[in-house]
Amino acid sequence: MSRETLAAALLPSPVPVRFLAEDGTRVDEHGGYTAPPPDRLVEAYRLMVLGRRFDVQATALTKQGRLAVYPSSAGQEACQVASALALTDADWLFPTYRDSVALVARGLEPGEILTLLRGDAHCGYDPTETRVAPQCTPLATQTLHAAGLAHAMRRRGEEAVAFALIGDGATSEGDFHEALNFAAVFKAPVVFFVQNNGFAISVPFEKQSAAPALAYKGVGYGVRSEQVDGNDAVAVLSVLDDAVAHARAGRGPVLVEAHTYRIDAHTNADDATRYRDPAEVEKWRAADPVRRLETYLTNENLLSGDDIERFRAEAETFAAGVRDTLNADVEPDPLSLFEHVYAVPTRQLAAQRELVAAELEAVEG
Amino acid sequence: MTEISMAQALNAALRDAVKDDDRVLIFGEDVGPLGGVFRVTDGITADFGEERCFDTPLAESGIVGFAVGMAMGGFRPVVEMQFDAFAYPAFEQITSHVAKLRNRTRGALSLPMVIRIPYAGGIGGVEHHCDSSEAYYTHTPGLRVVTPGTPQDAYDLLRDSIDSPDPVIFLEPKCRYWAKETVSFTRDGAAMDRAVVRREGKDVTLIAYGPMVATALETAEAAKAEGWDVEVVDLRSLSPFDDETVTASVRRTGRAVVVHEAAGFGGYGAEVVARVTEQCFHQLHAPVLRVTGLDIPYPPPKLERHQLPDVDRILDTVARLQWNDEPAVAGA
Ligand SMILES: Cc1ncc(C[n+]2csc(CCOP(=O)(O)OP(=O)(O)O)c2C)c(N)n1
Repeated sequence: MSRETLAAALLPSPVPVRFLAEDGTRVDEHGGYTAPPPDRLVEAYRLMVLGRRFDVQATALTKQGRLAVYPSSAGQEACQVASALALTDADWLFPTYRDSVALVARGLEPGEILTLLRGDAHCGYDPTETRVAPQCTPLATQTLHAAGLAHAMRRRGEEAVAFALIGDGATSEGDFHEALNFAAVFKAPVVFFVQNNGFAISVPFEKQSAAPALAYKGVGYGVRSEQVDGNDAVAVLSVLDDAVAHARAGRGPVLVEAHTYRIDAHTNADDATRYRDPAEVEKWRAADPVRRLETYLTNENLLSGDDIERFRAEAETFAAGVRDTLNADVEPDPLSLFEHVYAVPTRQLAAQRELVAAELEAVEG
Repeated sequence: MTEISMAQALNAALRDAVKDDDRVLIFGEDVGPLGGVFRVTDGITADFGEERCFDTPLAESGIVGFAVGMAMGGFRPVVEMQFDAFAYPAFEQITSHVAKLRNRTRGALSLPMVIRIPYAGGIGGVEHHCDSSEAYYTHTPGLRVVTPGTPQDAYDLLRDSIDSPDPVIFLEPKCRYWAKETVSFTRDGAAMDRAVVRREGKDVTLIAYGPMVATALETAEAAKAEGWDVEVVDLRSLSPFDDETVTASVRRTGRAVVVHEAAGFGGYGAEVVARVTEQCFHQLHAPVLRVTGLDIPYPPPKLERHQLPDVDRILDTVARLQWNDEPAVAGA
């Protein structure tokens, strides 16, 4: 390929890929993409209903003091669910603190997802079993891990892909740029999925980056790039399916930017009225991804009123389970602090373990 | 006079510095309209404009590296790292450039800048929000490292730090942000580089700083019941170290315990113990002991109480200082 054709092949669509208008009607802004089959869309819808309910439940649990903190992904359900659906069990997911709903969609136990935010343990699930890396808090650092793991899998002859989630703000970190470059140079099968939800805590996108879209950031590194309407589940799923297939086929990494919006504050501890206009939030509520897909599927006769009722009921039961799990008071064992600091236990920690054990005994009498 | 919190005292120091010196600039993540996640920069953009206090892209290495350039260009940047563990992307800039530029250029270039870092634990924060990172910075020649334990010191130390011709790592103990006291805004200029005796006593010196000052004072009160008269020294400046104040105190009491939240092994307390031992050997009635955090990654919120030195742990250690001429027990 000539340099010009190569560059053109990397360029994102000039407007975000989109299949559905805000009112759920079909639009033709999807370039060469094909819509996923109906059963896949219905499954996405089911998981989005579940994910939204989970998010509402987790937010409520912070108010009751059951969770230390919860970063909501309300409004980002299309991105969250499609991230899980685009992957096979063999693929690895690298989520951030905000991506709990993606983990729900991947089938992880809510109690295990929420141990981090509840304050029990830094990671409540087994990453090797679930192929989900610990939810990452230091921004953008996981993108390099995803690139490295993707390269490792390829070296070992596995067909699997690493899928890294990252926010718009975190794309300013050096690690993100290093990850794109490494992935491109090594042709690692990794998909970088940016959920541009408009804000990094209080900083709006215009103050974060002067790029016309974050999707353009891939091109300079030689990474194929795309942008998509993040509130259109049909489009997100279609673009991510394609990106994963591209990486899986050994054609190198892909960067996808989803244009979406953070409906709630950064976390329950944040006051969003300090930095944004409630009218803006209302505008975005009209672009709700769950309702949009529901309308489309209903109009196409792919989803009946009964189906919707069934999914909602399932979500209620699920939420009740989350509540029960979180309401059970399980105190983590203080002596577990000394486990897994090293593979080979040290004498130093054994001595400190004794100190804490003696303190516990003194308290318990 | 009204009582204000440490966060408000820091805010007052920033405002006064911006007012007094056109070169002072505040920038970092969310420091603008939001006022920082701890509200330390609250209202400064509104009152002084975006030119003086502004949000940057989200990149710590970028923030510190940019500040290096701005300081070279004649400004006095005061930057905020959002949390201790999130300053690590800037570590390269801090250790390789901020700390060394004066030395590398044989004095031709200086970097008057302050890097503010909310630090240490005790607030129930999730992973990566509660590191005690002082040893990384104090181990780096060329940096000044300070940490206030009270609102008054927060005001004085921050003003002094901004005036300092040398770069300052300013560690703000998060768990003390909401602690209140009456603060006077007339600076005596004595805070920088100087430890202070927070409470006098004759039997033993507790050496603490930042988040542990309050705990040490509480311990001193509790020790009265045991018949021990405890002196508390607040270091304030971790680097440079005020040997004079610390040595004078330990020579008076003959016993010392160093208290900090950071892991003990290879930690800052080891330096303090070594200095005190070197300078007070003949006056010491017992080895200088340490009470520190455990040598584990900072635990999840539900278990952090086991990590943090508390009154009991400090009292137990004080008790091991040979009160009855019994042999000293080696530390656990
Ligand atoms: C290296 C680093 N710096 C700062 C932070 C503090 N912090 C946590 S979330 C956040 C904003 C992230 O915004 P964005 O990447 O857009 O993701 P979003 O939270 O909107 O999903 C910041 C600054 C951090 N976690 N890591």
